[in-house]
Amino acid sequence: MLVNLFELFITFFKIGIFTFGGGYAMIPLITEEVLNKGWLEKDQLIDFIAIAESTPGAFAVNISTFIGYNQESILGALFATIGVAMPSLIIIIVIAKLFHKFSENKYVIGFLNGAKPVIVGVIFSVGIDFLLSSVFKIKEITHIREIIFDWKTILIFVIVFSLTRIKERLHPILIVLISGLLGYILFGIF
Amino acid sequence: MYFTLFWTFFKIGLFTFGGGYAMIPFIHSYTVDKYKWINEKEFMDIIAISESTPGPIAINSATYIGHKIKGIRGSIFATVGVMLPSIIIIILIAAFFMQYKENPHVEFAFKGIRIGVAILIINASIRMFRKLDKNILSYSLITLGFLLLLFDVLSVIYVIIIGALVGILTQILKKQRGEEDVS
Repeated sequence: MLVNLFELFITFFKIGIFTFGGGYAMIPLITEEVLNKGWLEKDQLIDFIAIAESTPGAFAVNISTFIGYNQESILGALFATIGVAMPSLIIIIVIAKLFHKFSENKYVIGFLNGAKPVIVGVIFSVGIDFLLSSVFKIKEITHIREIIFDWKTILIFVIVFSLTRIKERLHPILIVLISGLLGYILFGIF
Repeated sequence: MYFTLFWTFFKIGLFTFGGGYAMIPFIHSYTVDKYKWINEKEFMDIIAISESTPGPIAINSATYIGHKIKGIRGSIFATVGVMLPSIIIIILIAAFFMQYKENPHVEFAFKGIRIGVAILIINASIRMFRKLDKNILSYSLITLGFLLLLFDVLSVIYVIIIGALVGILTQILKKQRGEEDVS
């Protein structure tokens, strides 16, 4: 148990260090860590992300609390959340004390100029990966692998994605609600 | 004072939906307009620093403002304040969710919601793409990050480190070239 709590803390500490620019930037690394460690299935993780997006507060804190709670209950939630916040606390306090022109430093600018485009590519890649894993389901029946193409998910994607293109500032909660409603109708009723 | 800091950031954490960027206007109205803890220019600096340092923006800006007003202890009060609503709400929801996740109706809805999440993530990358400088370097780095991760070539951390090194090298080369032009 103590080992698990320590591992939660270290994992989320690492995730906190490598997050640049908001909660979404954290999703690729969380996905990699959580799936590699076998803490969650991909579908469960996506469900957790949906809930973390639609509840108050910072996404980063929400998702860390959720995964930590799922692993080791309330203590797990605390260790994961403290882990994700700790790098920020340390780095910001040091910067506040030492460098006043931090964001004008040429190496910092270079670092971010290189890291940000890569992060955009990485986030896009995870979005596509999540989409594909909903559209193509692998079904295994006694050693025969069958890949099922799910047209209903494509329909949901086309509808909701078009909505977000028409109305750019559609709130994340509305996106979750609309796609949930469409899922309920298409999978539950038809 | 410590309690005011804590309580202000607790409210900011409680009433913002949709992550750190949604928090920025709230932080502004409390810390600049209402309490006048910091001025407009300091606020802009804090946001710039929060965006250029690791970690979520919500936590970075709470830590920085807390530190500015009341030192290290202030930063801890502000940061705990901004995180606490999330922790409480998520623990309640998680406990509830575990009971209902096997329910078939919930599963139907989540089959749709998973698509919604993919869209949220794709849209986030589009928004971040718009804010980037567009040049050959950034396009190549976007493609590199996309392909390396899609085909599971490297871990996310290494992909980010490669991008950052390329960025620093480019910056150094740019500076050298600039100096040659001057001389």
